[in-house]
Amino acid sequence: MDLAILWFVLIAVLWTGYLVLEGFDFGVGMLLSILPRGDKEHREKERRVLVNTIGPVWDGNEVWLLTAGGATFAAFPEWYATMFSGFYIPLLIILLGLVARGVAFEYRGKIADAAWARRCDWAIQFGSWVPAVMWGVAFGNLVRGLALDDAHQYVGGFWALLNPFALVGGLTTTVLFLLHGAVFVALKTDGDVRERSARLASGLAVVALVVAGGWAIWAQLAFSVAWTWVAVLVAAGALVGVVVATRARREGWAFTLSAVTIVAAVVLIFGSMYPDVIPGLDGGNSLTVAEASSTDYTLTIMSWVAVVLTPLVLLYQGWTYWVFRRRLSTKDIPAPAGLTWQKIKDAAF
Amino acid sequence: MDALELARWQFAITTVYHFIFVPLTIGLAPIVAGMQTAWVVTKKDHWLRLTKFFGKLLLINFALGVVTGIWQEFQFGMAWSEYSRFVGDVFGAPLAMEALAAFFVESVFLGVWIFGWDRVSKKVHLASIWLFALATSLSAFFILAANSWMQHPVGTVYNPETGRAEMESIWAVLTNNTLLAAFPHTITAAFLTAGTFVTGIATWWMVRLVRTKVPENVEKARTVYRPAILVGVWVMIFAGIGVGLSGDVQGKLMYEQQPGKMSSAEALCEGTESAEFSILAIGPLQAGCEDVNHVLSVPGLTSYLGTGHFSGEESYLPGVYDVQREYTERYGDLTVDGEPVTYTPPLAVTYWSFRLMIGLAAFSVALAAAALWFTRKGRVSDNVWLSRLGLLAIPMPFLACSFGWIFTEVGRQPWVVAPNPTGIDQVRLLTDRGVSTAVPPGVILTSMIVLTLVYAVLAVVWFRLMHRYAIEGVPDVARDESPEAQDPDETDRPLSFAY
Ligand code: HDD
Ligand code: HEM
Ligand code: HEM
Repeated sequence: MDLAILWFVLIAVLWTGYLVLEGFDFGVGMLLSILPRGDKEHREKERRVLVNTIGPVWDGNEVWLLTAGGATFAAFPEWYATMFSGFYIPLLIILLGLVARGVAFEYRGKIADAAWARRCDWAIQFGSWVPAVMWGVAFGNLVRGLALDDAHQYVGGFWALLNPFALVGGLTTTVLFLLHGAVFVALKTDGDVRERSARLASGLAVVALVVAGGWAIWAQLAFSVAWTWVAVLVAAGALVGVVVATRARREGWAFTLSAVTIVAAVVLIFGSMYPDVIPGLDGGNSLTVAEASSTDYTLTIMSWVAVVLTPLVLLYQGWTYWVFRRRLSTKDIPAPAGLTWQKIKDAAF
Repeated sequence: MDALELARWQFAITTVYHFIFVPLTIGLAPIVAGMQTAWVVTKKDHWLRLTKFFGKLLLINFALGVVTGIWQEFQFGMAWSEYSRFVGDVFGAPLAMEALAAFFVESVFLGVWIFGWDRVSKKVHLASIWLFALATSLSAFFILAANSWMQHPVGTVYNPETGRAEMESIWAVLTNNTLLAAFPHTITAAFLTAGTFVTGIATWWMVRLVRTKVPENVEKARTVYRPAILVGVWVMIFAGIGVGLSGDVQGKLMYEQQPGKMSSAEALCEGTESAEFSILAIGPLQAGCEDVNHVLSVPGLTSYLGTGHFSGEESYLPGVYDVQREYTERYGDLTVDGEPVTYTPPLAVTYWSFRLMIGLAAFSVALAAAALWFTRKGRVSDNVWLSRLGLLAIPMPFLACSFGWIFTEVGRQPWVVAPNPTGIDQVRLLTDRGVSTAVPPGVILTSMIVLTLVYAVLAVVWFRLMHRYAIEGVPDVARDESPEAQDPDETDRPLSFAY
């Protein structure tokens, strides 16, 4: 097989890994103010349960993004250059979200203070909602095509990225991640929170069916190719499955199926783009897989690296999910271990 | 300011910022791993307490290393797209390898270490922190491979048809002699940073406790902080020697590979044999090198740094003017905008950053010597000057590292990919051709302002947390939470660690 095509597929695989894994931790972050119930103290405990379901794994999930970015740079320099400079503002906004989130996860418990924890929660929510929307907008634009000049530079400007199709794409990823997160919480927790998130998930699955289904059909009719109808059907089937599985309290299945939905969405997106890595708007000046790719030598080296390392990564990353497999509930949460705000303030400079 | 200038400032600000956290993570991770190993092997409780204490500081620091790293990886494509097009075939590979080989290990096993005290056996838990520590150095290796290639492109040909650099040998890229010198230099600099950090905090604590004259406190200083001081001191000693030796090798390579960097770092105008090392120069360095007055110099030392000879024919070093003449002949005299090119980097910045990098190490040397003296033969000390020196020394290696990078990167100008004088020198790129052409200056200005503000806020939070957790000191008790030490009947105890 042509190495450039193999790498196009591998990049899609890396994005799949990213969106499936960070998808649920975006979802958990988005649910931080939505799921918890009860009095103030109890809500805080439930929020800590939510944060701790992803505590040990969120950073490893985010590395899929770094790998996808690095691999695009190595295998398709032109793609990396055009896409990242073209999406300058959306990427900056995503980045700010990821920064806020990462810092908030790590520092939330370092100061034992209710106001501090709330501030960190806002950062986590900002950092979960915003990237969830923006990734959808970005991929929506890749499906739709970008205004490129004949040197493959993006010339459309920022506002053109906010077209209706891309915005509905943003809504789609948001709903899918929200669902994925709710299913994950149902899978990873026990007690009240589990019940509530399972209920929420089965409702969200119906919403996702409408929103994502609508976007997928729009994509199919306007921009895509015939075979990706398969992906649309798989996604729709999986979403119906999520409803059934959550009602039956089969959370493992529900999670698997919501992951399948995201995989199918990535297949639809990359399938629509092929044979371009960035379709030109209305077919003009498209940047193709062949034009964007590195030399065969580089691709060969990178293939070996990927073939050896990716299974290893999956193995040990999978192992950590097994290590932290226990369901969490409010009973498991110890008293806050951070220093008090007063102490932090008292530190003389 | 135009897009180029803004992108350069943005790169400089964000990268130097990223590199505040990096050396501490790289150096402190193995130190903490070593402390934990000491606990597992000797079962002495103070090693566990030290592990918990420095481990917490490591985590506070690591968080910012991670979040500022993401931007690093994005900004090549965002702000330097033409650079990325030119180098991607070669430069992208180590970046992708870094993520696949190092970042995954780092993030996954750190997760196991933080949350796994009571979930995995003692041995697996210990292995996690070691894997994490190794991965931080491995990530440094790959990113430095990318950077060293920009300093000295090897294993690459230029394809005139596509106008891009193309990789011929990954082996050559990963065994670049620039890399083999820069990697030990950067890693030992990181160890020096962390060693100074550990010693600085531990001496401050020791003195503080001994001064209370309360017997338990003095005992704590002796059994807990004194060992930490010694760990830090020995790390500093070995790292300090390593930094000097590897820096010496780098100097010699630089003379071959980027003569302009060397001569401007020495404010050396005309080529000369037996060039002296200027310790202090006065005069308007910004203006160029005519009016520079070397007030204090060591004869022959610069020649020795560059060539290994103090005097004689072999000690000849080219001056700024020679480099300008030679490079103009080889690479032309105009930039893209038709302006004349200066083939020597800003003199003042290179001159002073080089001296500050080396000079600031004096604080670590002084601290190591004083700490050894005051803790000799089992002693503890209540000397306030020692604890003041400890605190004063902590920031210095951080600054030295920043100046090291500023020297390396500014000294490479006007190139972003410097031509390899002994290799295929078509693989070269002037910095002004690397910047994104599709991004308007206003957008870069916005991101620069936003990032600088966000980073400033984060710096305050980071500093306050580090500071306050350092003042909190080593915990008085630390429980062995490993599954081996737990009562198997008690199944629903709360998590030993949770956010
Ligand atoms: C000599 C070492 C070194 C240098 C020169 C750089 N970094 Fe770095 N970087 C590290 C050493 C490191 C590290 C020690 O591995 C970090 C710091 C703290 C950490 O979390 O990992 C890290 C974190 C880190 C991360 C986050 C990793 C994660 O999520 O776990 C990214 C994406 C980058 N870096 C990327 C870069 C890029 C693109 C650089 C070049 C401009 C760069 N770093 C310079
Ligand atoms: C692999 C690692 C690195 C790469 C690929 C890299 C690449 C670059 C690039 C593309 C520029 C832009 C050209 C310019 O502005 O002059 C630059 C400039 C710069 N870099 Fe690096 N860099 C790396 C590591 C670092 C690190 C770790 C630091 C310091 C902490 C650093 C400090 C700087 C500075 C200060 C400038 C500005 C120089 C100037 O504007 O004159 N670099 N580097
Ligand atoms: C004996 C003292 C030292 C010598 C002779 C020395 C030499 C050098 C040289 C020649 C370079 C530039 C390499 C290049 O441009 O290709 C460099 C870079 C650097 N130095 Fe030093 N150095 C010394 C001490 C230190 C100290 C004490 C630190 C920090 C604690 C430090 C940190 C760095 C860093 C981070 C870089 C940039 C990365 C690199 O290119 O390796 N150096 N050093």
